[in-house]
Amino acid sequence: MASSTRVTFPNKFLPYLLLAPQLAITAIFFYWPASQAIYQSVLREDPFGLSTQFVGLGNFKRVISDANYVNSLQVTVIFSMATALIAMALALLLAVMADKVIRGKGIYRTLMIWPYAVAPAIAGMLWLFLFNPSMGTLAYLVRSAGYNWDPLLNGDQAMVLVVSAAAWKQISYNFLFFVAGLQSIPKSLIEAAAIDGAGETKRFWTIVFPLLAPTTFFLLVVNTVYAFFDTFGIIHAVTGGGPGKATETLVYKVYNDGFVNLILGDSAAQSVILMIIVIGLTAIQFRYVERKVHYG
Amino acid sequence: MASVELTNVRKVYGTSVEAVKGVDIAIEDGALCVLVGPSGCGKSTLLRMIAGLESITDGTVKIGNSVVNNLGPAERDIAMVFQNYALYPHMKVYDNMAYGLRNRGMPKDQIDKRVKDAAQILELTHLLERRPKELSGGQRQRVAMGRAIVRSPKVFLFDEPLSNLDAKLRGQMRVEIKNLQRQLGVTSVYVTHDQLEAMTLADTLVVMNAGSVEQIGAPLDIYEKPASTFVASFIGAPPMNLVHVTADSTGLVLKDGTRIGAEGLAVPAAGAVIGFRPEDLEVAAGSETHIGGLLLELKVLGVEPVGAESYVYGIVGGERVVVRVAGRSISETGDNLRVIIPKEKLHLFGADGKRIPPAG
Repeated sequence: MASSTRVTFPNKFLPYLLLAPQLAITAIFFYWPASQAIYQSVLREDPFGLSTQFVGLGNFKRVISDANYVNSLQVTVIFSMATALIAMALALLLAVMADKVIRGKGIYRTLMIWPYAVAPAIAGMLWLFLFNPSMGTLAYLVRSAGYNWDPLLNGDQAMVLVVSAAAWKQISYNFLFFVAGLQSIPKSLIEAAAIDGAGETKRFWTIVFPLLAPTTFFLLVVNTVYAFFDTFGIIHAVTGGGPGKATETLVYKVYNDGFVNLILGDSAAQSVILMIIVIGLTAIQFRYVERKVHYG
Repeated sequence: MASVELTNVRKVYGTSVEAVKGVDIAIEDGALCVLVGPSGCGKSTLLRMIAGLESITDGTVKIGNSVVNNLGPAERDIAMVFQNYALYPHMKVYDNMAYGLRNRGMPKDQIDKRVKDAAQILELTHLLERRPKELSGGQRQRVAMGRAIVRSPKVFLFDEPLSNLDAKLRGQMRVEIKNLQRQLGVTSVYVTHDQLEAMTLADTLVVMNAGSVEQIGAPLDIYEKPASTFVASFIGAPPMNLVHVTADSTGLVLKDGTRIGAEGLAVPAAGAVIGFRPEDLEVAAGSETHIGGLLLELKVLGVEPVGAESYVYGIVGGERVVVRVAGRSISETGDNLRVIIPKEKLHLFGADGKRIPPAG
């Protein structure tokens, strides 16, 4: 930042004017709903908005002591960890493989990145069509292989399905970062390790993997955030949180309680808890990851 | 410890790009062989083929008395020092040096002893707990050397190991590498594009050009008897002066038509190139006509005094030459300077660039 020069505008209001659209969007679509959620979270309101009552932290107390909420928290943790781990492990495997490809490198990479461009709901539908027990093509194959595949009734299978769909979509993003990470490891290090008598597997675990640590950590945070907050579309399309509440994540529960069941106070309280989680994750990301990123 | 022998080694990339064109080199046990040449001449490729990092298209590479063509880098018992050092950034200096030994399953106490001995030789003992990024360039270079010597390999390979250091440190490390190599007596192959490094380090010097060996020999032999105009202009700083001549019945004719005395030089009909080192001449005092040497008159284009000597840049027969004179030069830009090159200091090359040995 040595050469940064301060730009001075001739008109004092111009910079504010230029920032106004972005600020307006942030205010209308973020600050206003967020403050509404905080406000709502301390109120109890009937579904029709006819009577409203201040209850302090009552909503929070009820939400936290609710067995369904604890279940949802467990589901979220399992779902997020599984999604992040699978998405990262597969992406790393593919990135290492793609790194060895000599011909058609560009084509492989381009194809690998495509799933990222698919909208979450579409990705969900895609997996639903493939694995729906009554019409899914692959579900038919699984069943004809003698496996009793029915994610509409079996909660674990439903979880496998949403994790697969969510991970599949995120693999592209992770792949991109791992490829970049692998490229930034000097080739001579690998050669030196080869001369030092380390076989391919050993080289990977003692040299390549440790040197990818910053990338891996960054992706772990990003994937966790993704699994927490950006997978609503997939869950909504594939399982709708079911069967039972087997795939109802925290975000999905906010939607279910607030918009389906119209328990606005509880839903708002859950949103506020989620907000705190996001703030926590962002803090971690800034503390450990952003330090390593240098903006030109 | 072992000799290294390359027989007709070739490297072809794809179907037609020939990076190394049939190289034969024999390096005695314990000798330091330097491969020198301009960038792209195939010297690094050749080194990497010895290391096992590049496949060998054709020919054989022998280490000791066994052909290693099909062995992986780890099985060839070599150690390599890379241009960028290639230290493992996430490991401490100690672990960097111990890595190769651990991979070979050496007992812990032996590893410890070897690493500490090597650290002592290279004065790294106080740095063993540091990571590479906490070290200076010279220290990193030493760690890279340490990683090579702990293994006590049969052969050391150096790939331009000093080119990332500043000039002063480079000179210092050059001496250290030479001493260390002598002390350990390990056969070494050293790649560089710096002719000064090549001259001072080599037991055997291999000058390469465009994938082929131009000349192999002791450094001073090569300096005194370059096999071709390429070698003549590559070895030595400033390089040898080369002047194109053709012969007719009365004497020699320079490129621009200037006539000079033949002085008994047997210039072939196809023409030739006369070479002389900038230091191998005398400034003619008066109007001697004598001489037992070649008299040239050059037009001075510029003078560079560097203290103990001066370089006079000039033009002879349309070709640029440089002349080294002791102390300060009395010539100035625009002057004419007459120089005499003793006959025994003249080099003669044919039109094809190959050396023509003096008759008799």
